[in-house]
Amino acid sequence: MTATMQPKSEAAEAPRRGKRTPGTGENTRPRRGPMQFGHWWWALPGIALVFAIHYVATGIGGFFAFTNWTGIGSFKITGWANFEAIFKDPTKLGALSNTLFLAFGSVLLGNIAGLVIALGLNRVLKTRYILRTLFFMPVVLSPLATAYIWKYIFDFDGPLNAFLTAIGAGDQAKPWLADPQWAIWTVLVVLVWSSTGFAMVIFMAGLAGVPVEVEEAAAIDGANLWQRFRNVTLPAIRPAVAIATTLGIVQGLRVFDPIMALTGGGPAGATETLATLVYKQAFALGNFGGGAALALVLAAIILIFAVLQQRLTRSNPED
Amino acid sequence: MFRYTKLTLLREVGLWALALLFLAPFYFLVTTALKPDNELFTTSALAPPTSPDFSNFVDVLTATGNSNVVMGLVNSAIITAGSIVGLIALGSITGYVISRSTRRWSKGAYYLFLIAIILPGQLGAVPLYMGARALGLTGSAWGLIILYTGMLLPLSIFLYANFFRGLGTDYEEAATIDGASKSQIFSKVVFPMMAPATGTVTIFAGLIVWNDFFTSLIFLGGSANQTLPVAMYYYIGSLVSQWNSIFAIVIVSMIPILALFLFAQKRFIQGFSGGLKG
Repeated sequence: MTATMQPKSEAAEAPRRGKRTPGTGENTRPRRGPMQFGHWWWALPGIALVFAIHYVATGIGGFFAFTNWTGIGSFKITGWANFEAIFKDPTKLGALSNTLFLAFGSVLLGNIAGLVIALGLNRVLKTRYILRTLFFMPVVLSPLATAYIWKYIFDFDGPLNAFLTAIGAGDQAKPWLADPQWAIWTVLVVLVWSSTGFAMVIFMAGLAGVPVEVEEAAAIDGANLWQRFRNVTLPAIRPAVAIATTLGIVQGLRVFDPIMALTGGGPAGATETLATLVYKQAFALGNFGGGAALALVLAAIILIFAVLQQRLTRSNPED
Repeated sequence: MFRYTKLTLLREVGLWALALLFLAPFYFLVTTALKPDNELFTTSALAPPTSPDFSNFVDVLTATGNSNVVMGLVNSAIITAGSIVGLIALGSITGYVISRSTRRWSKGAYYLFLIAIILPGQLGAVPLYMGARALGLTGSAWGLIILYTGMLLPLSIFLYANFFRGLGTDYEEAATIDGASKSQIFSKVVFPMMAPATGTVTIFAGLIVWNDFFTSLIFLGGSANQTLPVAMYYYIGSLVSQWNSIFAIVIVSMIPILALFLFAQKRFIQGFSGGLKG
């Protein structure tokens, strides 16, 4: 789980709000000279650690994207050769399209499922908190453990095929994870399963902020269920949609653990993603330069989609 | 208007059915783990065991060497707790300073942290590993605690900074008038007030560190201090399609986090939605 790119997200929710002058950012702070509270150097250890672990390491890695370094020994600067190789290699382009498919597929399905469950659990249900806990359970499991469970379910001797045989559809039984056509769908199912609960709680929190009176008024005015959802509920939970989808896309684009444990990228690259390919190139195949170039491409894609997503779903323009 | 009607009952029943289907993987997990070896291939994958057997769990808990699960539990607990402490200490103070400072650099620092959250880790993994090895930080719990603290610090700072932005300065002003020093204000006034943010950071960081596999695999490689996911990975690596044994260790590995979640589920879910709400 990572957080969001929405700078103001907590501001509206934090308890014990103090007095705030209108306007945003800098203007709201006291004007009695700089740094009234705390010393600026208190931030130094944190900044230094983040700078070293994130920026210096990433910068060095980024530099090697333009070399033919193997991970040890000497290297030559090769310019854009690694990037040209990526866009000429069909396996790498395949991994790119798999990455996008899994990221958008899991975000779409996970958020729809999360929204439907959140709407279902919204208001008057007696057991809503028990149900919420149950639907959230997969979120706290480690991706590794989750992947092992599903690996068995999709196993040839596993429950899914046993179920298909039991309902008389035994001819549909197949080794799901080893089937080039189906393997990526099984990965998608696992990703959706483990992210639905997360989307659900974000939507439930958003729905809790929709005033009952407005919904009632709409109902009295004769709006049907769909109209009420479309015109009252949806606009009110737009911030929640923005958060849930942005997070999902950033997470989905770099998904690694479940794929490694489920299929290892196979069969024949059918479930390979950029993240698994980066790992294989850099750590297993001794092509660190190529792996770093792929990682740079992945980083660029994540940044682009994160920014786009923020722009598209931003709740109100002056934010 | 929104009363409990027959339709609501129907909705409730439907959601329960959906929940049971959604949690079916847990059914297979438990029933398979309880099957003795001979039942694994003789009974249907859908059927519960005819004679439940706990020997798989005994095997898991007595495994030694790389796949020593008890050792893994202890190491994971130490590393998770250490990282949480580091993230709260550094995250709170850094988040506080950058959100209270009116200087221009504080905004730059804020975006520095924001971008760090979405950088993919693989790019820096090899340089980071070489740096950690040069400093003698690989293979030890300390090294991993420092590493996790650094990796998750942008997230922690981000959560704290957003929390402070919504918090007025009245209490700090009052404490200043009463003659408190800057460090007293932070430790006695500000830190207790940010308990909600601290809760969110604890839950996020705890979950990520406890469940992380990739980082500990690489940075603890070959040492005796394996974390739980790595111990599980090695244990399962020695089994081929022995699903009953595999699931026994999967269950053992998920019991601590699942128990904690069920015990404090309100806090967990609040932490998730509260820290991220728009």
